[in-house]
Amino acid sequence: MSLTMKDLDTGAPNTWCPGCGNFSILMTVKQAIIQLGLKPSQVVAVSGIGCHGKTTDYLKVNTFHVIHGRVLPAATAIRLANHGLTVLGFAGDGDAFNIGMGHFPHAARRNVDMTYIVHDNLIYGLTTGQVSPTSKQGFVTKTSPRGSPEPGVNPLTQSLTGNATFVARTFAGEPKHMTEVLKRAIQHRGFAVVDVLQPCVTFNRVNTYEFYKQRVYKLEDEGHDEGDFTAAYKRALEWGDRIPIGVFYVEDRPTYEESFPALSGEPLVGQPLRRDLSRLLAEFM
Amino acid sequence: MKDDTVSIVIGGEAGQGISRSGELLGKALMRCGFHCYGAMDYPSLIRGGHNFYQLRASARPVYSQTPNVDVLVALNKESVTLHLGEMNVGGGVIHDERDKLEEGLGKDKDIKFYPVPLTDIVKELGGPDIMRNTVALGAAAALISLDAGVLKQIVAETFEGREKIIKMNEDAVQKGHEYVAEHGYRFGCCLEPGERPSRLWLTGNEAVAFGAMAAGCRFYSAYPMTPASGLLHYFASHDEAGGMAVIQTESEIAAAMMAIGASYSGVRSMTGTSGGGFSLMTESLSLAAMSETPLVVMLGQRPGPSTGLATYSAQGDLLFAVYGAHGEFQRIVVAPGDAEECFHLAAEAFNLAERFQIPVILLTDKTLVESNQTMDAFDLSKVRIDRGKLVETWTGPGEYMRYRDDEDGVSPRAFPGTEGILVPANSNEHLENGLSTSKSEAVTRMVDKRFRKAGHIREAVEGLQPIRVYGDKRPKVTLVGWGGTKGPALEALRLLKAEGVKARFVQVVFMEPFPDGLEKYLKDTCVLVEDNRSAQLGTLIRLNTGYSFKHVGLRYDGRPFNPGEIRDRVMEAIA
Repeated sequence: MSLTMKDLDTGAPNTWCPGCGNFSILMTVKQAIIQLGLKPSQVVAVSGIGCHGKTTDYLKVNTFHVIHGRVLPAATAIRLANHGLTVLGFAGDGDAFNIGMGHFPHAARRNVDMTYIVHDNLIYGLTTGQVSPTSKQGFVTKTSPRGSPEPGVNPLTQSLTGNATFVARTFAGEPKHMTEVLKRAIQHRGFAVVDVLQPCVTFNRVNTYEFYKQRVYKLEDEGHDEGDFTAAYKRALEWGDRIPIGVFYVEDRPTYEESFPALSGEPLVGQPLRRDLSRLLAEFM
Repeated sequence: MKDDTVSIVIGGEAGQGISRSGELLGKALMRCGFHCYGAMDYPSLIRGGHNFYQLRASARPVYSQTPNVDVLVALNKESVTLHLGEMNVGGGVIHDERDKLEEGLGKDKDIKFYPVPLTDIVKELGGPDIMRNTVALGAAAALISLDAGVLKQIVAETFEGREKIIKMNEDAVQKGHEYVAEHGYRFGCCLEPGERPSRLWLTGNEAVAFGAMAAGCRFYSAYPMTPASGLLHYFASHDEAGGMAVIQTESEIAAAMMAIGASYSGVRSMTGTSGGGFSLMTESLSLAAMSETPLVVMLGQRPGPSTGLATYSAQGDLLFAVYGAHGEFQRIVVAPGDAEECFHLAAEAFNLAERFQIPVILLTDKTLVESNQTMDAFDLSKVRIDRGKLVETWTGPGEYMRYRDDEDGVSPRAFPGTEGILVPANSNEHLENGLSTSKSEAVTRMVDKRFRKAGHIREAVEGLQPIRVYGDKRPKVTLVGWGGTKGPALEALRLLKAEGVKARFVQVVFMEPFPDGLEKYLKDTCVLVEDNRSAQLGTLIRLNTGYSFKHVGLRYDGRPFNPGEIRDRVMEAIA
């Protein structure tokens, strides 16, 4: 009995704006789960606050809708407590690169085995149109009426310098590409970041589907070497007439989980609560 | 004033190994049959400044520090000047022969000075300068007629595996010991050892850690912050033996969120911090409440506001622990008062958190968690483990409902990874199946569901002796206090007895839910003692019972109460 798209739908009424890039992210995540043969009971989705956060209301797996910016520490611990689970973190650009930025390089350098999907629409949607950390300099919003004076955060260079072992970008207007990238990210052993260019059809009139369609190109079409950090960094800096999507960088490095002696066997959650502590007690005698 | 204890102070600069020396000596005295209490006083710096460790030993249980010193081990000259005023009549001072002291010092109190060539002995042994403390330890042991062998054994255990260091330190103990014996130094007050039951010598932090491990805690995430760092250190250095994942996080926010994540996954988890870190954790505390994820937090208090006195003690976060975080929710705040209670209540905290799927705050303070105490060995087999309503399979009706509106307000909990069950957790208000909602009726229903736990929580707390009473059964005076003030209060009861004053101490152990029945103790003369400026327990008592204290003793300079201060406050109240 194979899993269908419907099996992964909670049935909750969807409240995203028609045409929102979130729909295609949700759809491709479901496709990736199905195509990889994952069991919903073995998958945990953790979401933050923002439009993306509703993903956990719509995706029928184990879910934890946490608080703003705190997807990564929660997801890290969920995985450490049960390293048999597939952990997917969902965050918005504000979630990931404003309030949650303090966790990002740490999750990356730890290399906990999880996938971090950033719904990057370069705007605050749910709070009705304020400037985002990934908004480009000069971007006009309710809170940046003269244009944002701050250069935007670059999720890809942040990921690379943060030592993430899988760094990718995809575009909500290219669902097939997104599915393939997500599948690779989920299969990657370590911390995988997928920055998704996701048009906000209501509040971002600049970075639209049309804007991206005219600019995106695929790294795989240009013979990009995923193992070359310097090449990945150079590509990550590109944002203009041409915007690269695809897998920028992949590295094989031991995961965080492997550094814990207590996790060498059965997941922590499966271990008995009572242990022989008499030797430890003797230290106090 | 002299009493039935011997008080030894080891004083010197930070970095001279004072804390370790004090702990070693305490352990040695415990093995010889004594009860001990040891506390470290240190400013927040790594080198220099004045540090001291006070060790009190007696044939009877010792509960706190006092400002009285019988034997001073002065690792520098400054220690003599600083502690001379606290010396009891006839006290003795061990100091480095190289520190030339003024003539006639301490003559008025008949203080005896015992110069020992600490530096020269270390040089002769070819050891590092820090080893002066070990020589001094040997000398101090000889002075109070303690066998050098016990100390040497403990040194060997402490440095296990590092043979060269063991040998050098054993020699240092021996040389110090011999020097005192050879020079005929003898200190008048010699302790009579008691029986030697199976005893432990540990800090409140270690007791909390051990209680947690015994309860099956397998995950600890924390950011270093005095006085809770000791908990992180203990877990980190015993992670393999304890089967634990221990993480030093990037912030207290991450620490709390990780503890919540691990708990959602089904692992008993914990975090610990002090007031500043707890401030950062309050948003997560609220998440634990809304998502009904069990969470255990140790809040080790130190003086604030802000950075305050980083390495000192206070009880100023009581109301913060009870009320901190947004939204209305059930929580438990429990305040142990000694190492034994730290152990038992830490273990019990996990049961309470899981049974009621709420945050449990273990409220401690620096005096309690960083001081060493002897206690009878705890019986690990008596630690109860109760994980509450757990389901491993779901037979319906319908699909698994994480937030089912059960009569007791506690819904069946399952862990992700369970076949046939999908586990939601949600920071938004939600339906029984975990999906977000903002519908009026559903919201009211869910808030009521969570609040229906209240009665059951209260019942559970009532079964754990939330109010504990010590001292005279028909007292003239009732002392009321909590947490780290318990020790000095118990010592004060002894002092009051000596004055012929019948007194008892009422310890409030659970702060939230506030226990019933405190009123019956609030009769005649009552004196409230707390380590804070605003009498926060007094506020809680007034709120819950309507009783207002006429007599209060408050201390808020970061130092624990001296038993004598409490006695004086009581004498004033009954005068």
